[in-house]
Amino acid sequence: MGLPRIFPFFEQCSIGIRKSMEKKELLELEYQCIQECAPWCVSECPVHVDVRGMCAAMRTGDFASGTKIFRRFVPFPGIISRICDQPCRGICKRREAGSAIAIRSLERAALTWAPGPGQKPAVLPRKDKRAAVIGAGLSGLTAAFDLAKKGWQLVVFEAANKLGGSVWNYPEHELPREIIDRDFEVLHQLDVEFRFLKTAGLDFSIDDVLNDFDAVYLGSGNPSSAPPGPALTPEGVLTVDPVTFETEQAGVFAGGGLIRGEQNPSPIRSISDGRRAAISIDRFLQRVSLSASRDNEGRYDTRLYTNIEGIEPRAEVVPADPSLGYSAEEAAEEAGRCLQCECMECVKVCEYLAAFKGYPKSYLRQVYNNLSIVAGQRHANKLINSCSICGLCQEVCPENLHMGMVIKAARQTMVKQGKMPPSAHEFALLDMDYSNSERCALTRHQPGTEISTFLFFPGCQLTASSPKNTARTYSLLMERLTGGVGLMLRCCGAPADWAGRQEAFAGVPADFEAQWQAMGRPEVITACSTCHSVFKANLPHVPIQSLWEVLAGLDLPPTSGTAVPVVVHDPCTSRHEAGIQSSVRTILANMGCEIHELPLSRERTECCGYGGLMSFANKELADKVVERRISESPDLYLAYCAICRYQFRSMGKPTWHLLDVIFGDGDLETAAQKGPDYSQRRRNREHLKASLLKELWHEEMTLQQGDESVKLSVPDDVRDVMQDRLILIEDLQKVIGWAEETGFKLVSSRSGRFLAHHTVANVTYWVEYYPSDEGFTVHNAYSHRMKIREELKQ
Amino acid sequence: MSNYVKEDEAAEWLCAKCDIPLESKNVEVEYMGSKYPVALPRCPKCGVVFIPEELAVGKMAEIERLLEDK
Repeated sequence: MGLPRIFPFFEQCSIGIRKSMEKKELLELEYQCIQECAPWCVSECPVHVDVRGMCAAMRTGDFASGTKIFRRFVPFPGIISRICDQPCRGICKRREAGSAIAIRSLERAALTWAPGPGQKPAVLPRKDKRAAVIGAGLSGLTAAFDLAKKGWQLVVFEAANKLGGSVWNYPEHELPREIIDRDFEVLHQLDVEFRFLKTAGLDFSIDDVLNDFDAVYLGSGNPSSAPPGPALTPEGVLTVDPVTFETEQAGVFAGGGLIRGEQNPSPIRSISDGRRAAISIDRFLQRVSLSASRDNEGRYDTRLYTNIEGIEPRAEVVPADPSLGYSAEEAAEEAGRCLQCECMECVKVCEYLAAFKGYPKSYLRQVYNNLSIVAGQRHANKLINSCSICGLCQEVCPENLHMGMVIKAARQTMVKQGKMPPSAHEFALLDMDYSNSERCALTRHQPGTEISTFLFFPGCQLTASSPKNTARTYSLLMERLTGGVGLMLRCCGAPADWAGRQEAFAGVPADFEAQWQAMGRPEVITACSTCHSVFKANLPHVPIQSLWEVLAGLDLPPTSGTAVPVVVHDPCTSRHEAGIQSSVRTILANMGCEIHELPLSRERTECCGYGGLMSFANKELADKVVERRISESPDLYLAYCAICRYQFRSMGKPTWHLLDVIFGDGDLETAAQKGPDYSQRRRNREHLKASLLKELWHEEMTLQQGDESVKLSVPDDVRDVMQDRLILIEDLQKVIGWAEETGFKLVSSRSGRFLAHHTVANVTYWVEYYPSDEGFTVHNAYSHRMKIREELKQ
Repeated sequence: MSNYVKEDEAAEWLCAKCDIPLESKNVEVEYMGSKYPVALPRCPKCGVVFIPEELAVGKMAEIERLLEDK
């Protein structure tokens, strides 16, 4: 998959165009994250009452907030809390695990237990234009309410002698009369003029009204009040513009029963109609566009996804006394049934996405801002550098958003801008260079042959973790495959790719390819799924097979297998390699191993915390990732990526590498062994090259590992500290070698130990040491990147 | 920035080359193009400085991060 153009820099474009292109891309990516989409109840409600917010407040007993929210959306809350036709209930997600939330009962309970001070509407200064509302039903009164608040002069014509229209048709026990009166009190505070007992067409004509007023809302429910003309449907209702509610006659708007017919009366839709028409009338009177920016008015389809897997079904709470409605406790319990619908699918499965307390949409904005900063602190650097780029987010995302790809592109942009913090990835990049240096890199045909049909590529981490398994595997392949099996020891370039270093990365597969060509274009056999994915993505013409696919078809050594069941952990870079995943299970089955699966495996597997160089840029988070993964099963793990095994074992989880099990080391002791530290990993690569050259090709190689004249003994606890601080024994050898040669060192008056420092490349290392029989014992080591202008004098 | 190294901690270390105690003196430190004077224990003769572990992995690391994020 190619990278999206995350906020690229169109050098040839003017800044204005560039920014708008970047913004457009941000908006497209943000659109893919549906976390902020409305829950179903809200999108279905014609006035979008925040039911989720009300329930969140009321479940804690906070009825005052529940009421406050409700009043914000509904002008006549008492009435609606009794007669709302609740379109939300038909679509409530809770129906899939019990029954829909009893929202109307909750609205009633909110008003019962915290009625609040009622409305004190904020009114804009009075304006000189006049609007007429015909019909004092719910839609007309809502229009009058909203328009009066805007400062327009309002006159309401009503055929009856009181406000409310059809609300009086509800029986008293459903809608007590005092509630109606209380709800309409607010209209009197708004200085709306009412003319009762005025029937359109009888007591006045629409034309008269049109002459006297600047705009008219028809909300009478009665088609006789419709203006004369052909705008009636065959069903006898008035046609209006579905967005603006304007009739064919400019300045005349209509809603409620008049445009909907009497078949399906809906109080909440009448309120919505009145409100939407009022928006149009306000705009009409201001002479601005009626139709601009009117998305998502009335009911609409939401794109939200909410996973209800594992949610216990719960039935609706029934009030002990239905005539009184819910008690406070009953209301809190019913509100507690609300699922608080949201997506968060990716955040649920990803420690990284959870760690920064947001979700992709909010992170996208932070990444965008970070890349757009000209001067000032780039607060999202850590966010950008902590992702493992493992792609699990995309697998679980209902909209396929791949945050990892966004992050990778963001890193590339930071590198191009010269704004990538050097400390984030430098250690890993130097390690890559080391693997590809003469000290470790090797390319040879099988001993005694000049042709390679196959080329074994173990990768830098298998050679570092287990030179023994690397050598055994190569021997096995040479023994079982015909046509010559060449060997190539080097790194595939993944660290540079992860670090966003496009220039540094491009050279690595290119070097590989040149050597592969020289070898006669053999079929490559990879032991590491990261190398596999890098080659597949960047060198699609190179034939490639996974070691596991090869071994699944071969007879394995008779000592293979494990005595206990194994839990298979798939590396994240094998996510889309079903063939490799199946081959691993075939190999295990062939060895008679009992296989257990993790809840998230194969295409939904989790990263071990190393991917994307997470463990270098954010060690604390990487440790959490490992902890999460290793706690998913009490059984022993089996990894087929050397780094996954290294990560799990570093946090104490007994884990085999598949090669351990194949070569007869499927014992508990091997599973529990801690992997080599960074210094030893380097040494292992170099020694592997030397020993293979000697044993297979009978060539001698001089080992250059560190300064061999400075022999160091490092106690285990100091080694652990060095590992955490990314300090190599080699680095300390250089410091001590320099200090002993120049004499620039400190001595402790208390312990007699020396303390010396020296800068190697970009880092200054400090080492506390003491001479020993063999050389020196290291007691402590630390480092910093700041340079000290020391000006030493001999 | 003179209080970054505790006096008793600095007093433990002598310059091994010159065999004399260290004295606090402003030394320029530099990172990501920014330079600051910092008072550090330093050999008055040869100029070798002392940066304790706590300072290197604490305050200095923190400032390095801030400068890297600028």
